[in-house]
Amino acid sequence: MIALLAATLSLAVVSSDLDRRGADLYAVNCVTCHGADLGGTANGPSLQGVGADALDFYLSTGRMPLEVPGTEPLPAPPLFGREQISALIAYVLAHGGDANAQIPQVRASDDLARGRVLFEENCQACHGARGDGAVTGFGWIAPPLNPDDPTQVAEAVRIGPGIMPRFGPHEIDGGDLDALVAYVVSLRKPPDAGGFSVGSAGPVGEGLFAWIFGVGGGILLMLLVGETLKRT
Amino acid sequence: MIRALVGWLDDRLGAAPFLRSALRKAFPDHWSFMLGELAANCFFFILASGTYLAFFFHPSDAHVVYHGPVRSLDGRTMTAAYASILRLSFETQAGLLVRQAHHWCALVFAAAVVTHMSRVFFTGAFRKPRELNWLIGVTMLLLVIADGFTGYSLPGDALSGAGLRIANAVALSIPLVGSWLAFLAFGGPYPTAELTARLFPIHILFIPALLATLIGAHLSILWHQKHTQFPGARQRENNVVGSPLWPTYAVKSGALTLATFGILLLLGGLLEINPVWEYGPYDPWTTASPAQPDWYAGWLEGALRIGPRWAIHIGSHTIGAPFWPGVVLPLALFSVLYAWPFVEAFLTRDRAEHELLQFPWQNPLRVSFGVWALGIGGSLLAAGSDDVQARLLHVSVQSLDWFDRVELIVAPVIAAVVAWSVCRELQSRHAHEKPERVLLYRNREGGYEEG
Ligand code: HEC
Ligand code: HEC
Repeated sequence: MIALLAATLSLAVVSSDLDRRGADLYAVNCVTCHGADLGGTANGPSLQGVGADALDFYLSTGRMPLEVPGTEPLPAPPLFGREQISALIAYVLAHGGDANAQIPQVRASDDLARGRVLFEENCQACHGARGDGAVTGFGWIAPPLNPDDPTQVAEAVRIGPGIMPRFGPHEIDGGDLDALVAYVVSLRKPPDAGGFSVGSAGPVGEGLFAWIFGVGGGILLMLLVGETLKRT
Repeated sequence: MIRALVGWLDDRLGAAPFLRSALRKAFPDHWSFMLGELAANCFFFILASGTYLAFFFHPSDAHVVYHGPVRSLDGRTMTAAYASILRLSFETQAGLLVRQAHHWCALVFAAAVVTHMSRVFFTGAFRKPRELNWLIGVTMLLLVIADGFTGYSLPGDALSGAGLRIANAVALSIPLVGSWLAFLAFGGPYPTAELTARLFPIHILFIPALLATLIGAHLSILWHQKHTQFPGARQRENNVVGSPLWPTYAVKSGALTLATFGILLLLGGLLEINPVWEYGPYDPWTTASPAQPDWYAGWLEGALRIGPRWAIHIGSHTIGAPFWPGVVLPLALFSVLYAWPFVEAFLTRDRAEHELLQFPWQNPLRVSFGVWALGIGGSLLAAGSDDVQARLLHVSVQSLDWFDRVELIVAPVIAAVVAWSVCRELQSRHAHEKPERVLLYRNREGGYEEG
């Protein structure tokens, strides 16, 4: 009984400690944009109802804290370590965040074929067949997926950052998510079976190389043999 | 050795007089006269590599289930064509090497044709009596583009499927006959199950046969009319100064042929091209981005991307928006290309025969028109990759398209005006130059005489 009480107490101490550290971090880094009551300001949206998945995604990909108000949040080296992120999550959840939205648990999957179908149908149009990013509408860029770890990919799918659509468990269920994430991670090491890649630009890069090496190389040779064999 | 061979042939064909003169035929030394050969070499290479590919390619849209080394496609239902391309690429000796070299060759082929035609154009080599060869040349450019496009469409990957979808939409937009034409060509509403089977013989038989015939005609006419040459000290309207076919030119030409094959095989072996296993099989409901066609069709794609969105309704009939950029524009551009020799002769009232070339600056009108036309093609080509540029420049595709529209109208005109004034400047400089250099030869007696 006493042991249980002690355990509960220590847990409460730990969690309130976490909460306090979170409060500090929030006050220093976030309050100017998201407001003291998490209700948002002119510079940032409300964080009421935001879950651990979104917080973890925005913080671990370095999108938050945003440096310049009014700009598009871009992936960057993260400012916070694991513990600080947990503290911020605890703080936001304790002050109106959505406690039901969990960080997705990704299990290893080797169903690349299923993952690929899901990727082609849902993601490729914006992120490109190699997952190395492309433009989407009106100046947004769907970023390259290479740097993301599996959890971040799963979080992005569930929360839909920026203009990216959100895919709930009805669209992509748990098993499918594992397969999709496994495929996205596999894109990190494209086989490049055909040799050096001319870059993600596809046919544009190929055309450029054809002109430079094909016609350019050809002309160089014409000059060479032409000069060597002139009226001998 | 050659003597013995000529003798042997002469005994059987009575060919010695012809062969003897043929072997002594003079070929001008200027390097730019080999650009056409670069194109011809590409034709031979593409024929040879294509034959190897045809051994393994299945021109069929029937559905099969793939099992093979591309793990992310294992168990996937796809067309037999796409599956055979995967097998060709990953399970066939030298399959990927030959496939990539074939594709590189298509890109280089078209580029070599354009470069060769530019040389012919800017030096006025198309003037009387060589208009016919110009017409044949323009036709061959069209055929190379068509053969490239049909080849690009064969594998049935996401990009080629999207390209065919666009071609289908363009065909549908043609007034009155569009729907009939599209159904006739595609065998039903796109995507159809017969398309690959139809594209294949067009790609490997019909167009190459036409090309071979036209190349034959092109070369016979060239042989008969002899080469043009740049004006110079010894070059006249009535001679050809250069190296004899045998041995000098033959060695030169042979070296270039082998080197071209070498470059193409190096490209095919080292640089990845059209990795269809990454694009995935074509499903009408999926799409890939960024996506462009090969460069020689890129200007058409660009025209469609920035073309006007005019869909005209006449009664119950609609002329679709792709009609203007997809049909009218290429028709207009190629008509002008075909007509240029006659237009120029008409404008300059020049009915004379020309065996000597002009340096580009000697004809500002032609140069500015050529620069303008290349500018139009280049601007359209650039617009065809707006998605890649938007990514690099961090701007929206929509604003880039507006920039491209303005650029298409303004930039080629500016380039043409600049070209015009450069030509005039060069003309006036040459006018002050001493008229002609004279070659002096020293004779046995120690005196000099003009050569
Ligand atoms: C300079 C202003 C600024 C600062 C500082 C900032 N944010 Fe943000 N935040 C934004 C804006 C703007 C958005 C909306 C971005 C979007 O949707 O593209 C956003 C979005 C978010 C989101 C996603 C909201 C959702 O609905 O999915 C989270 C989570 C978030 N911020 C957390 C934080 C945290 C935690 C901090 C402090 C470490 C922080 N932000 C600091 C401006 C800021
Ligand atoms: C409508 C276009 C669109 C679609 C469809 C889309 N995304 Fe995104 N995605 C985006 C954009 C835009 C961003 C960047 C958002 C931001 O920075 O706030 C993004 C961001 C991401 C990120 C974060 C990348 C980083 O740099 O941290 C991941 C991971 C991701 N997407 C995965 C996916 C997956 C997996 C799918 C398919 C289930 C998908 N996306 C579908 C547009 C899209």
